[in-house]
Amino acid sequence: MKANRRRFLQGLAATAGVLGLPGSARAEAVASVEHFTGYPDRFGMLVDLTLCIGCRKCEEACQQTHQLPPLAEPPEDQRVFDRHRRTDAGRYTVVNRLTRTDPDLPPVFVKQQCMHCNEPACAAACLVGAFTKSREGAVLYNQDICLGCRYCMIACPFNIPAYEYHNPASPKVRKCNFCHARLQRGDLPACASICPREALTFGKRSDLIKLAGEIMRKHPGKYQDHVYGITEAGGTSWLYLSELPFAALGFPMNLGTKPFADYTRGFLSAVPVVFVAWPALLGGFHLFSKSRSAPPANDPTSPAEPHPTP
Amino acid sequence: MTSKTGQSATSPGPWMQEHLFNGKPWPQYLRDLVTPFNLAAAVVIFAGLPFIVMRYALGLGAVTHASDDQPWGLFLSWGLFSGVPLASTGFLMASAVYLFGLKHYTPLLRPAVLTGFIGYFFAVVYLLVDLGMPWRLPYPMFKAFGTGSVMFLVAWHVALYLSTQFVEFCPAVFEWLGADRFRRWALRVTVGATIFGVILSTLHQSALGALFLLAPGKLHPLWYSPYLPLFFFVSSIFAGLSMVIVESTLVRRWLPHRMAPAHQRALDRLTLGLGKGAALVLITYFGLRCVGLAHGHHWGLLASTYGAWFLIELLGFVLLPCALFVLGVRRASATLVRTAALLTILGVLANRFTVSMFAFQWQLPHREFFPVKELLVVATIVTIEILVYRWIVNRLPVHTPHPRYPDPH
Repeated sequence: MKANRRRFLQGLAATAGVLGLPGSARAEAVASVEHFTGYPDRFGMLVDLTLCIGCRKCEEACQQTHQLPPLAEPPEDQRVFDRHRRTDAGRYTVVNRLTRTDPDLPPVFVKQQCMHCNEPACAAACLVGAFTKSREGAVLYNQDICLGCRYCMIACPFNIPAYEYHNPASPKVRKCNFCHARLQRGDLPACASICPREALTFGKRSDLIKLAGEIMRKHPGKYQDHVYGITEAGGTSWLYLSELPFAALGFPMNLGTKPFADYTRGFLSAVPVVFVAWPALLGGFHLFSKSRSAPPANDPTSPAEPHPTP
Repeated sequence: MTSKTGQSATSPGPWMQEHLFNGKPWPQYLRDLVTPFNLAAAVVIFAGLPFIVMRYALGLGAVTHASDDQPWGLFLSWGLFSGVPLASTGFLMASAVYLFGLKHYTPLLRPAVLTGFIGYFFAVVYLLVDLGMPWRLPYPMFKAFGTGSVMFLVAWHVALYLSTQFVEFCPAVFEWLGADRFRRWALRVTVGATIFGVILSTLHQSALGALFLLAPGKLHPLWYSPYLPLFFFVSSIFAGLSMVIVESTLVRRWLPHRMAPAHQRALDRLTLGLGKGAALVLITYFGLRCVGLAHGHHWGLLASTYGAWFLIELLGFVLLPCALFVLGVRRASATLVRTAALLTILGVLANRFTVSMFAFQWQLPHREFFPVKELLVVATIVTIEILVYRWIVNRLPVHTPHPRYPDPH
C-alpha cells in the first residue's frame, strides 16, 4: 500500500516535470499577482471646468463628426440649460449648467461624455466582448456582435451608454468613442479641436496628470485638491479639474478606486471550482444514499443497520 | 388503459385522439375547449399580442418603459430575475430523489422538472422579447466570447440547463409516445444529468445576483452586498420548494383527474416535508441577510423609506413565512404550509424586483415603473405559460404514473 502510494506520487511528479509545471514557474519567476496598469502611452483629456462657458460648440462638433442628428436646440439657445440632460442615442456629449447658491457668481458648466475608463465596467459586463479598450485610450464598441442585452448600461458607473430603443432592425448602444478614427489620422477629438476656451486639453494621460498638478500649483486655492478620474473606478482617460466640489457638480463619488471588473472577478474564479468539485461531492451523496437504502447483507461497506428515513 | 385502436372512426386518427385530444373525438374536444377559463385566457392573449408585434415592428421603446438610466424593466425583473429562481424546482427535487435518496418525494419529481423546464423555456422567451437583437442569441455560444462577463455565464448556463431539463423530462415524453427504448436511454443518464443540473443551477442562480456586483454605486447599499450571489442562490432554494408546494396544490384542486389518487393522498404529508426544508433554508437566508447588513455596516440606513422596505422584506417575507412553515409543520397543517409557501413566493418576487428595479438607480429622481403595455405583454406570456403547462399535464404522465410504467425511475 505504502509502496504503491510512493510510486503514484513519483509518477505524479514525473508527469508534472514533463508538463514543465514547477520548472517553468521557477525559471521565469512569474509574478503570482499580475497588475496591469493600462497601455503606457494612452491618451486622455483634461477638462478644466473653470474655463467652460457653456457655448456647446463641442456638442455641435460632436454631432457633425459622428453624423448624429443636428442639435435640437442651437448652441446659442440658453433655455436648453433649464433642465438636466444626459447622453442618449442621439448625442454622445452634453453640457449641463449648474447654478450656484450665490446668484452673483457665474454658473458652472459640466461637459459629460464617456470617461474611457482604464478598465471599463462596460467591457467587464459584455457577454460577447463588444467593448475594448484601445491602445490609444478609447473604449470602443463593436456593433456587429452586440446582442442588445444592455448590461453595459447597467454596469457603467457614469450612466453614459445609451440605447436605440426605437430602432427595431439594428438597435445599437451609442456612446462617445473618443473620436478614435480622428486620433488614428493624427487629429484631435472634435470637441477638443473646437473648444474656443481651450477647456479641453488632449494629450498622453500620464502627461495630463502632471499638467493638472502644475495648473493647481500655479493657482493656489482656486481648484479642488482632487483631479477627478485619476483613481475613480480604477482610473479614467478623461480627467476633470474643478473649482467646486465634484459631489456638488453631480459627479458620482461612491465609485471607489478599484476597476469595476474586480467586483465580479472573485465570483467568476469560483465557477471552475464548482465544476470540478461538485461532481465528486454530489456523486458522493448519491453513493452514500444508495448504500444506505441497499440491503446490508450484499454490501459489506454499508452500515449493518440502515438508519430509518425520517 | 385505452387501446391503440381507438373508438371513433370519424376522428382524425386514433393516435391523435388518444395523444392529443385527451381520448375524445375531435369535435367534442373542440367543444369542450370553450370554458370560461379558456375564454379569459384568449382575451388576455389577444390583448397582449398587438404589443408584441409592436415591439418587433417599432423597437423596444414602443412597449417598454426601460430607459437609458434604467435599462432593464419588467421583462427581465419578472421573466429572468424572478422566473429563474421560481423555476429551481427541477434541480431541487431531482437532487432530493436521486442524490439524497429521498425516494418518497418521487411523486413530485416530474411536476418539478416540468415546472423548471417551462420556467427556463419562458425565461428565454422573455429574453427574446427584451434583447435588442434577439436573433443574435446564439452569438455567445458560437461567435463572440466575453469570458470575463457574468452575463456570458448566465447565457451559457441557461442554455445548457434548459437542455439538461429537457433530457430529465424525456422519460415522460417517451412514455407518452410509447417509445420504450428511448425511455431506457433517457433514464440511464438520470444521475449524471441531475449532478450536471445542480452544478449549473448553483452557478447561474448565484450569477443572477453576481450580475449586480458590477453596479456598486447604483444598487441601494441595503441590497448591494458582496454576498449577492449567495443570497440569490440560497433564496432560489426556498423559492423552488414553495413553487413545488403551490403548483401541486393547484393541480390537485383544478386538474384532480390528472393526479394519481395515491399522490393526492400523499400530498399533504409531502407538503409538510417540503415545508420543513423551506423553513430551514429561510432561517439560514435570514441569518445571511443579517450578516450582509452587518458586513456593509448599513444599520443607519434602516431609518429611511428604503430601510422600511428592507425591514418589511426581511421580516414580512422571510421571517414570517419561516415562522408559518414551522407552525404548519408542528401542527401538521398542510394548509398553513401552503399559505407560507405563497408568502415565500411573493417574498422572492419582492426581493428580485427590488434588486433589479426598485432599488436600482435609487438616487435618480422621477423613476417610472410598470406601464400598461409592458404588463399586457407579460400577462400574455404568463397565460401562454399556464396553457402550455396544462396541455402537458393533461397528456403526459406528470402527476400520475403512466399505466405501462408504474415506476418512473
